[in-house]
Amino acid sequence: MTVTSNRSPISSGKIKPITTSEDWIMRGLLLLGTLWLFVGVVFPLYPMLIRSFYDSNGSWVGLSNYVKYINTPSLSVSFFNSFYIAIVSTIIAVSLALIFSYALTRTAMVGKPWFKILGMLPIYIPPIATAIGLIYLFGNKGLVTTGAFGRLPTWDINLYGANGIILGEVLYVFPQALVILTTALSLTDARLYEAAQALRTSPMRTFLTITIPSVKYGLISAMFVCFILAFTDFGVPKVVGGDFNVLATDIYKQVIGQQNFSMGATISVFLLIPTVFAFVIDRIIQRKQTALVTAKAVPLQPKSNPMLDGIMFAFCSLIVGLILIVFATIILASLVQVWPYNFQLGFKHYNFNNVAGGGYNAYWNSIVMSLYTALLGTIIVFIGAYLVEKGKGLKWLRSLNYFLSTVPLALPGLVLGLAYVFFFNNPSNPLNGLYGTLGILVICNIIHFYTVCFLTASTGLKQIDPEFEAVSASMAVPFYKTFWLVTVPLCLPILLEIGIYYFVNTMVTISAIIFLYPAHIPLAAVAIINMDDAGDIAPAAAMSTLIVLTSMGIRAIYWWGTKGLRKRNQAWLKRS
Amino acid sequence: MSQIPEKSKVSAAKVNQDLPNELTIPVERQLTEPYLQIENVNKVFGEFVALKDIYLNVYPGEFVCLLGPSGCGKTTLLRIICGLETQTSGRIMQGGKDVSQLPPQKRDFGIVFQSYALFPNLTAEQNIAYGLENAKKPKAEIRQRVTELLELVGLEGLGKKYPSQMSGGQQQRVALARALALSPGLLLLDEPLSALDAKVRDKLRGEITKVQRRLGITTVMVTHDQSEALAMADRVVVMDKGYIAQVGTANSIYQYPQSPFVANFIGVMNFLEGVIIAEKQIRCGNLTFNVPQNQLSVNQRAKLAIRPEDIQVVFEQTNNKTENTLTAQVEDIEFLGSVYRLTLNPEGDAKESLIVEINTHQARQLDLNNLQSLNIYFPPEQVKVF
Ligand SMILES: Nc1ncnc2c1ncn2[C@@H]1O[C@H](COP(=O)(O)OP(=O)(O)OP(=O)(O)O)[C@@H](O)[C@H]1O
Ligand SMILES: [Mg+2]
Repeated sequence: MTVTSNRSPISSGKIKPITTSEDWIMRGLLLLGTLWLFVGVVFPLYPMLIRSFYDSNGSWVGLSNYVKYINTPSLSVSFFNSFYIAIVSTIIAVSLALIFSYALTRTAMVGKPWFKILGMLPIYIPPIATAIGLIYLFGNKGLVTTGAFGRLPTWDINLYGANGIILGEVLYVFPQALVILTTALSLTDARLYEAAQALRTSPMRTFLTITIPSVKYGLISAMFVCFILAFTDFGVPKVVGGDFNVLATDIYKQVIGQQNFSMGATISVFLLIPTVFAFVIDRIIQRKQTALVTAKAVPLQPKSNPMLDGIMFAFCSLIVGLILIVFATIILASLVQVWPYNFQLGFKHYNFNNVAGGGYNAYWNSIVMSLYTALLGTIIVFIGAYLVEKGKGLKWLRSLNYFLSTVPLALPGLVLGLAYVFFFNNPSNPLNGLYGTLGILVICNIIHFYTVCFLTASTGLKQIDPEFEAVSASMAVPFYKTFWLVTVPLCLPILLEIGIYYFVNTMVTISAIIFLYPAHIPLAAVAIINMDDAGDIAPAAAMSTLIVLTSMGIRAIYWWGTKGLRKRNQAWLKRS
Repeated sequence: MSQIPEKSKVSAAKVNQDLPNELTIPVERQLTEPYLQIENVNKVFGEFVALKDIYLNVYPGEFVCLLGPSGCGKTTLLRIICGLETQTSGRIMQGGKDVSQLPPQKRDFGIVFQSYALFPNLTAEQNIAYGLENAKKPKAEIRQRVTELLELVGLEGLGKKYPSQMSGGQQQRVALARALALSPGLLLLDEPLSALDAKVRDKLRGEITKVQRRLGITTVMVTHDQSEALAMADRVVVMDKGYIAQVGTANSIYQYPQSPFVANFIGVMNFLEGVIIAEKQIRCGNLTFNVPQNQLSVNQRAKLAIRPEDIQVVFEQTNNKTENTLTAQVEDIEFLGSVYRLTLNPEGDAKESLIVEINTHQARQLDLNNLQSLNIYFPPEQVKVF
């Protein structure tokens, strides 16, 4: 024992542990992660906002773009149109999804696994492909409109306009609401229902006083998510909107049609504000929820009720039927030789030689882009979530990281894409070299879908014993070794899940990349738009079919390929 | 906190000064330097004071238990000892070195958590070898050490199993082996047995102490189970609300509790409210008791305390004592195997009921039944006042 150390006075000041090389690595990575989010999310928004204060010649005009927008009825009406579409679609989709998920979680209806899978089918169909399917069903020469070409009574729903957009958006956002509501409904505690039964509460009263309050937060969340998606979607109104203008199509027309980037930026702000608003409100409401989920709940075993089960079966069949019909119509349209004159089937439209859009070149580009996005996105998101969830120290920086990681959810794809154009296409930006490359497309996609992936990774990491890092430290094993040897293997199913999510969404997305893709990198989803613009709807349906089948194929391969892996992991994570 | 007299709030060192030395520090250790010294440690979370003025010496090879109710700061103290948490002020000395500012990686300890924190994707062997492999030890040496450790904790031949394939008790042993793998100078255990069922817990209690004795490793264990602490530890540190209430051997803490909190927390204690009326006398209601010498002043409000097994039942035929004796009615009889636990309602205006334990032999003589009246005697030397 050294005398000096023993005699040294006990310091009365705050004790600060010395910083180790590990701490420096952690800090360095956190700083890098923050920088990445600033470059990917925050910095690009700035030049876009600024641009809305300039005219097309680059001179400062203050608020005059906004004034012009508000005073041009043909423009400003689309603001209200967008709201109308978004609100109506949200109400319809969330109501349908609520009943559908109730049937899945709370009834003894037969065929639940199939309804679950088929209800999620629209996830794999780009909204623009849904719109094309709708044209073949409800358009001028559509199957329904013409009553199957005279064989049945005709029914014209006036597809082009608000009706078509709402129908398309409902199909598009339905699975999103379904995921959220199914989760919320399956989290409820069976004991509440047993208590209600013991007190002889009527089923209706039970539904209103127990079921609805318990899914309140899920319901609110589903509404905001659907609202944002429907409010900002571009694919559906582009194809079936007719002359019913919405903000998203206006931006496209200003930027692509008239090359008026300033007005594009101005309208983007109008698109951005309600989304950010919805996002913030949802965050504030969801924050109150945490206290509710801690209780140890008993899972509910639905009892059979022939009447209810029958009604629910009919309802779910109707929804799934509509989804399947739209899906089948897209495939049929791609195979029919000349709609509606020659119904012979063949692969003629799959030969993209004589149409715009880039054909198979575009298809392969999309696959490559999606693979890169899935690979890099998964790595970046997971490391980001790890640093936020499991990092030590620098609490404020981790909170900032968390916040920035949730922001992309509030950014419409079109706005993000346009912001990237303004930011990266600036010669004075050191990252200017990325502009017009596959790299920027990948980055844009990673950021566009960042939030959902980040939250998935966070949730997964939260389930891992928080003492792993402490135990490693006690054995002097640095955190990055344990990350690699323990955390990553345990999270493999989640990593794959995130990868698939990135792949599928990147395959079908249009909005974020439509302003960003260079001419030498045509992309499949964009090709659908270009073919549709050129009137080549059948090849557009063919390309849609390819995209859908690819996404579903990847999902199926994943499902079968990782069966053993998932089972093993389940055993690992099971607490004895 | 208001019911705890001022006296017990001072640091443990002072609390124990009126006790014979051999009861607070084991005799054989009095000449050695402590291996672990906790000096004036405080911990504050925001406004909340989790630990205050903690002084504690742990001697080489000693097994010390931190015992206290939930939320009293045991885990916090343990985490400060190993650097997983940093104290707001104060000093930690380990092996004569000030380690206050060292991160856990730079300290010398092994730890077992309540959840065991075994890596589920690694086998028992791989878990145990985890730290050895990181230290780049030769393969053969690692293999030998792992075999040795598996044997030490009684898991020969189970090294290839994954944690999910093992019982709770086996997982617990793997965690212990892993904590011991790098031959640390200090072993820390945070409620290592609380996740197990009673049978396994009793068995492992003995095994952990056996391993600890065999290796002679200085050990600090956290528990909120008093019987665990009394059975396993050389010395017990009783904590309450962030301060140390008393330190001592199991026996001294049971025999000489320094505060009503300790008296009540360790074992069962009867309390009667009263007033000191003379140097060695207390009046509780209309009863007067002779009590041992104490530091309370006359007219001060005080509590008389006596353990259930120290109260004697006075048989009619031998009833020649009148002092310290009172009559009470049997309210409830509980048969606990070798003893009967009686709940008695004293006559007079004492409101508290009393718990008395008598052995089966005595019970048979008394021919017990409810509402029966008994005379009971409080031996003055067994009575405490606070
Ligand atoms: N990181 C923290 N932030 C704020 N308060 C904390 C933190 N960690 C612990 N505390 C508080 O400090 C007190 C002591 O906690 P500690 O975990 O040490 O208790 P414990 O004695 O181990 O209890 P238990 O027997 O329940 O494990 C508790 O009131 C707890 O709420
Ligand atoms: Mg604890």
